[in-house]
Amino acid sequence: MRPPVFNSQGVWAIYRFEMARAFRTIWQSLVTPVITTSLYFIVFGAAIGSRMTHVGGVSYGAFIVPGLILLSLFQQSIFNGAFGIYMPRFIGTIYELLSAPVSPPEIVLAYVGAAATKSIVLGLVILATAALFVPIHVLHPLWMIAFLVLTSVTFSLVGFILGIWSKSFEQMQIIPMLIVTPLTFLGGAFYSIDMLPPTWRAVAYANPVVYLVSGFRWSFYGQADVQVAISLGATLALFFACLAVVSWMFKTGYRLKS
Amino acid sequence: MATFAASPIVTIRDLTKTYASGLQALKPIDLDIRKGEIFALLGPNGAGKTTLISIVCGIVTATTGEIVADGHDIRRDYRSARMKIGLVPQELTTDRFETVWQTVTFSRGLFARPPDRAHVEGVLRDLSLWDKRKASIQTLSGGMKRRVMIAKALSHQPTILFLDEPTAGVDVELRRDMWALVRRLREGGVTIILTTHYIDEAEEMADRIGVINKGELILVEDKNTLMKKLGSKRLTLVLQEPMMSVPEALADWHLALQAGGNELVYSFDINAEHTGVPSLLRRLGELGIAFRDLATNQSSLEDIFVSLVSERPERK
Repeated sequence: MRPPVFNSQGVWAIYRFEMARAFRTIWQSLVTPVITTSLYFIVFGAAIGSRMTHVGGVSYGAFIVPGLILLSLFQQSIFNGAFGIYMPRFIGTIYELLSAPVSPPEIVLAYVGAAATKSIVLGLVILATAALFVPIHVLHPLWMIAFLVLTSVTFSLVGFILGIWSKSFEQMQIIPMLIVTPLTFLGGAFYSIDMLPPTWRAVAYANPVVYLVSGFRWSFYGQADVQVAISLGATLALFFACLAVVSWMFKTGYRLKS
Repeated sequence: MATFAASPIVTIRDLTKTYASGLQALKPIDLDIRKGEIFALLGPNGAGKTTLISIVCGIVTATTGEIVADGHDIRRDYRSARMKIGLVPQELTTDRFETVWQTVTFSRGLFARPPDRAHVEGVLRDLSLWDKRKASIQTLSGGMKRRVMIAKALSHQPTILFLDEPTAGVDVELRRDMWALVRRLREGGVTIILTTHYIDEAEEMADRIGVINKGELILVEDKNTLMKKLGSKRLTLVLQEPMMSVPEALADWHLALQAGGNELVYSFDINAEHTGVPSLLRRLGELGIAFRDLATNQSSLEDIFVSLVSERPERK
């Protein structure tokens, strides 16, 4: 039997395995982030929203929706991407992946594709949840989907890198907890960068999350802290940087092969 | 006795492995595995057995060397090579929440094979796993999990099967089952390479034996030839009267006393032109040393193995 140019069976097997794991842990995968987001909504929307009714002509409750979606998207994409590849390393089943006729791009496609799928579904579920609290109008739905997909894939790649780099569960959790979540809170998820004093505004522009949130929010309300092209460019730059790191990892066998 | 094709199915040339820590796990190794044979790679723990098969399977990167599996270079043509190879690792590593059916079909897909319910069913039935196909792996016994590992390795119909310590930690009954299964696989055309440190396993199953120690392949030999070549026989004479020491007149035979001086033991080479047995018996008669029973036994593969790995000086 001739080997396939593209091992679609292998990619599908990994993808299906990862999605099956998500269904086994549906509570953790979907319901927990929805409840957490609802709580954010209640706290930020009700507590702050009662004092700050509108931001740039958009009600505060609606204004924070893109930020809330991205906050969960970042966390879950990283977690799913990292967990997918870390677990085989942890329990030893990585032997099968390494000995299979699956190329590195196929492995990445399968794991990152599954992680991103879960994140996209989650993002849409959070959007639907948010629609129960505030009226939401998406001005550029195709761009919204494009940003959603690109961000999910990029952060799933970040997670995949983290899953290969990590030597323990603690290490795997430390990057999302210590870096990504603070950057999201400081990246304009719940406020506009224009609301910051000039010095802090300049500092904020060094935060890559600002560009992601800004672009995503633009797709909803047509207003952004930075130009959409710059947002898109920053997201793509992060995506390609992650691809380069993953390629290097597979080329050198970093923490995968001895 | 099985017959094999002359051409090798696995060719290993000048294979070395030095880990980042500086540990030289494999010294230059050349090895041919014949199509259709059961090849046992014997060696103590840490000898390099697992490193060797891990390199062939693509899990560990070789430092130098070339490997061709069923006509395919394992690096340049890795897809074709890996589709021909199945691996059963030593550790029972499976996703515990999956069912038997799910994990076996997953393996088949991973190895680029389209779904084939009939084949998977056949594998599961052959391994007495069919009744457990819907069972979660975490509910299975250790022996059953071992069978699942084999089923996964066979799911993509490999022509070369690596079994890394297949019977490590399994009970006697399962061990016999494993041996029977390996023979059935060979009859089905699968070439088997197994690593083991159970000498009796190699003696029972292998057509050829390779002995590896400290990363060096000490010898590769047909099992029967090896036992004939290296085997010695022992003649044990149970004496009428115990002895305190071996008489000077019997010094030429290098005899040993055992069982508190009640047994006289003579080791001899069965392939030698003169074994020395008739002359020893004559000499005993002349000296008036009577014995009431005698027995001979041939050295086992274990004796051969121990002498090989303990006597060989380490290569610089």
